[in-house]
Amino acid sequence: MKITLTTLAAALVATPLIAGEVAPASVTFGEYGEIEQSLTGQPGDPENGGLVMKNKSIGNCIACHQVSALSDQPFHGEIGPSLDGAGDRWEEADLRGIVANAKQMFPGTIMPAYYKTEGFTRPGNAYTGKAPEGDLDPLLTAQQIEDVVAFLVAQKEE
Amino acid sequence: MKFKALTAIAALVVAPGLALAQADDDNLVINGEIEAVTKTAAPAHMEDTGVDTIMSGWHFRSDETQALQMDDFDNPGMIFVDLGIEQWNKVEGEAGNSCASCHEGPESMEGVRAVYPKWNEDAGEVRTLAHQINACRTENMEAEPYKYTGGQMANMEALISSKSRGMPVNVAIDGPVAEVWERGKELYYTRTGQLELSCANCHEDNYGNMIRADHLSQGQINGFPTYRLKNAKLNTSHARFKGCVRDTRAETFTPGGPEFIALELYVASRGNGLSVEGPSVRN
Repeated sequence: MKITLTTLAAALVATPLIAGEVAPASVTFGEYGEIEQSLTGQPGDPENGGLVMKNKSIGNCIACHQVSALSDQPFHGEIGPSLDGAGDRWEEADLRGIVANAKQMFPGTIMPAYYKTEGFTRPGNAYTGKAPEGDLDPLLTAQQIEDVVAFLVAQKEE
Repeated sequence: MKFKALTAIAALVVAPGLALAQADDDNLVINGEIEAVTKTAAPAHMEDTGVDTIMSGWHFRSDETQALQMDDFDNPGMIFVDLGIEQWNKVEGEAGNSCASCHEGPESMEGVRAVYPKWNEDAGEVRTLAHQINACRTENMEAEPYKYTGGQMANMEALISSKSRGMPVNVAIDGPVAEVWERGKELYYTRTGQLELSCANCHEDNYGNMIRADHLSQGQINGFPTYRLKNAKLNTSHARFKGCVRDTRAETFTPGGPEFIALELYVASRGNGLSVEGPSVRN
């Protein structure tokens, strides 16, 4: 009974691919690791992107990056570069590529790939430490990626 | 010009955070008498890692947490050492023995923690201290083994470690253990799980940096077993390994299993030269 409920819950949480979305395995990266095409065809919502980035159980981007615009949440990390002014330094396609799979642009980077579902060593079932049940979901949905990209594009210092 | 001004402002804002993030220069003296080596030159095998100084995790904790380890009356881990003494003297198993039957007082364990994991010639295998404790229990006492990362095991490890406090970690990496050590090194650099993180990503490349509210250390295990304020109990190294690998969104390895034995040997060897601190106190 418990298993059935858990499975049901998992099915509800797992995001079926929405029509018009680019699946993780179908993403086309450019020469430098950029992604020109929107993953959803829908504009990103920068406000939700900020929520994704500071929420520990969603993107948790501030675990590693300092972002002044999200300073209402304390304890920004020092692992990656500050994201202040990211919109000045990068094109939208670059930012999409970095968030989806930064290793395409920066081989060997510590940054996890947020839109990737295959090619891992000993992948687990989220943070349970156990083997996965079935296919993995990407760390963020296509729309969450677009929302984060929209937030980052809006980070301007100039 | 504008860029420079902004950079200068950023430097001013960031500076206190950075200062906080460095390993500090405090000295660890336990009970006013055991002077621990908590920073020293990296062992020769780490030449290619870019790490020239190895540091105890003690340096990455707050002054308040550090102080708890400097006096046995303040160190919550010492409560478990006392429990370990009771276990030491308790007769268990078919053979009618306690630890004391063969080893007399726990003082006889001086120096033991410092050289584990080590090769056991008779068994033809690398043994961790926990495995050796359980081998004693099953073979010499004919008693049930302790659960590998359980409370009784942690207590016994804490007792045995406490008798080596201040002595340098000195695990062998060559000869019969070389193959297992190489396997441990490979695992240390393997990026596991959906987050694709290796031990090295955090503890070699980013020690001293903050990851959210956590201050990344070098991941040294010279202080294990460790009393963590976070879970208010003694923690064994394999339980910590398991937690770390789990946090990469990976399927973990089994505590006491071959992968973590190899990893313990390799990680312990990265601390060769640091003092044994167990039971230490951390966040």
